[in-house]
Amino acid sequence: MAIEKTRARHESLGLGEQDLLKLYRHMLVARRVDERSWILNRQGKAAFVISCQGQEAAQIGTAYNLRPGYDYLYPYYRDSGMTLLLGQTPRDQFLSILGKREDPNSGGRQMPGHFSSRRLNIVTASAPVGVQYPQAAGTALAFKMRGEDGVAVTCGGEASTSGGDWHEAMNFAGIHALPVIFLIENNVYAISVPSRLQVAGSIAKRAEGYDFPGVEVDGNDVLAVYEAAKEAVGRARRGDGPTLIEAKTYRMTAHSSDDDDRRYREREEIEEWRLKDPIIRFEKYLSENGLLDDGEKETMDQEIKAEVAEASSYAENAPFAEPEEALERVYAEA
Amino acid sequence: MSEKNLLQAIHDGLAEEMRADETVMVLGEDVGRAGGVFRVTQGLQEEFGPERVLDTPLAESLIVGSALGLSVNGMRPVAEIQFADFIPPAFDQIINEAAKFYYRSNGAWTVPITIRAPYGVVPGGALYHSQSIEAWFCNTPGLKVVAPTFPADAKAMLKSAIRDPNPVLFLEHKRTYRLIKEDVPEDGHEVPLNKARVHREGEDITVVSYGLMLYTALEVAGKLSDEHGIETAVVEPRTLYPLDREKILNSVKKTGKLLVISEANVTGSVSGEIAAVVSQEAFEWLDAPVMRLGAPDVPAAAFARPMMDAFVPSAEKIEAAMLELARY
Repeated sequence: MAIEKTRARHESLGLGEQDLLKLYRHMLVARRVDERSWILNRQGKAAFVISCQGQEAAQIGTAYNLRPGYDYLYPYYRDSGMTLLLGQTPRDQFLSILGKREDPNSGGRQMPGHFSSRRLNIVTASAPVGVQYPQAAGTALAFKMRGEDGVAVTCGGEASTSGGDWHEAMNFAGIHALPVIFLIENNVYAISVPSRLQVAGSIAKRAEGYDFPGVEVDGNDVLAVYEAAKEAVGRARRGDGPTLIEAKTYRMTAHSSDDDDRRYREREEIEEWRLKDPIIRFEKYLSENGLLDDGEKETMDQEIKAEVAEASSYAENAPFAEPEEALERVYAEA
Repeated sequence: MSEKNLLQAIHDGLAEEMRADETVMVLGEDVGRAGGVFRVTQGLQEEFGPERVLDTPLAESLIVGSALGLSVNGMRPVAEIQFADFIPPAFDQIINEAAKFYYRSNGAWTVPITIRAPYGVVPGGALYHSQSIEAWFCNTPGLKVVAPTFPADAKAMLKSAIRDPNPVLFLEHKRTYRLIKEDVPEDGHEVPLNKARVHREGEDITVVSYGLMLYTALEVAGKLSDEHGIETAVVEPRTLYPLDREKILNSVKKTGKLLVISEANVTGSVSGEIAAVVSQEAFEWLDAPVMRLGAPDVPAAAFARPMMDAFVPSAEKIEAAMLELARY
């Protein structure tokens, strides 16, 4: 009975076996790349690491609805799962983590996690929190002005809703019914500050005040996120306006490699959330539906680990930019 | 060719670019039906519609941030900040975002946006409709800051700014909007964003100035020539960042004396940068200390007229400074 019910879930979303395996593979790739980056940090090779661990379902479930290179993504610094799904590779990620010249995001100029790809319409990301929201609204307005069905997706953590840019963008998106989706990955912590000191009331409910739908979704359930994002993308493409999605999730690592989270949260809390790990949950779903047995899972994991090892090794051996390249490309030539 | 004031010239520049390129658009507070508080965008919404001439909410960070987002998706927006004094909420979007997109993406993302902002003291304007904010932005590689003074230059430079692939802050001294008229070419007149303009040649002193102060300096230069036989070279930077150092240095190397005049607070000003460049690069040609004249270091111009007049360098103060330098 339970299996019948869950099986109906992905089928009712129009997802086939290959879709599910692709979702799973990308979640696992994001996790393995992330884990490898911490090793590089501990080895002294990566100066700074910032993680997506715990948020893979929220990211992959959303991004799977996008048309890479057509729709626009304004990611935030944890969205490596999204950028990997849209077409960046583990090699791209390691080139960025190690600051190498070939890094397609910035050529070694930006910290890791500051994603960019002109080809994939991943708009260059910043460190100040929340600045992407007005930009995404503007990008959505351009689609609307030209009568195109493109969508702009913009993401941030729960703390990114505390500043004015978020309100300005939500208001503007509501006024003009813009094809923009605000994905808030509520992972409970802004470095050390918990969401109870960050967020009054409900983030999702705020959308009502701007006259568009806001949905709260289990951010560790990739199918639930996929469903919410599918509806949001459909609305945007049809010209029905914006959607706010609040994906409730949890940051499984410290804020970054420079942070020690033992100063501000209990180990027990993390262990509780580990039981809700989005990858383990999806493995369970796939297993229950007879789509992935232990052998297949192991084979896929070995393939991914080999790819990640190769990508890491490539990036470790790749050259840095020459020092004087820091002086180039300040202004674009007319 | 017809006679236009600065305001009309900027209006015409906008309208011509919008006719020539359907990706050019205007957004800001009151730019639509009202045509802007200064009437710069008057009639544009009637001609181009409410989307391409878009009234935005009162939110400067949104105005610039959304312009940025429009620009990376095929548009060439001209964002209007109603008064330069109100630009600080957009500071992050200008300094950290627009000015750094190209560099931080290693040349992948260009940001063809123009941000128009009326600046400068005007009677009745008081602290928050008067400020000269250029120095805040002239320390930001990746951004161009232009401040043309004369109508023909302004129209041509606005067109250059709109066509430029980089973010350009376009400053308009509001007290000069209707001050003079001059012949403004219909089209074809081009002024690049990296060239200063020599308004007057002279052997005795060099004055570098822009905005309302430039008009005063030119008048005083004529007077000093007539009454004292002192010949003043007057150079207008037109683009404040990056500076056309060469034209300024060439003039100072001929006269050996430099006075920089602006309406901004002197400390930390663009005038200070010009003075530093000349002191370093033309030291051996100098016959006098480099001088600066500007507003005193008080927050901004006051509302009451006598106090406002005390803030802005007067023709008398400018004349005294030029004479002092000539006689040094």
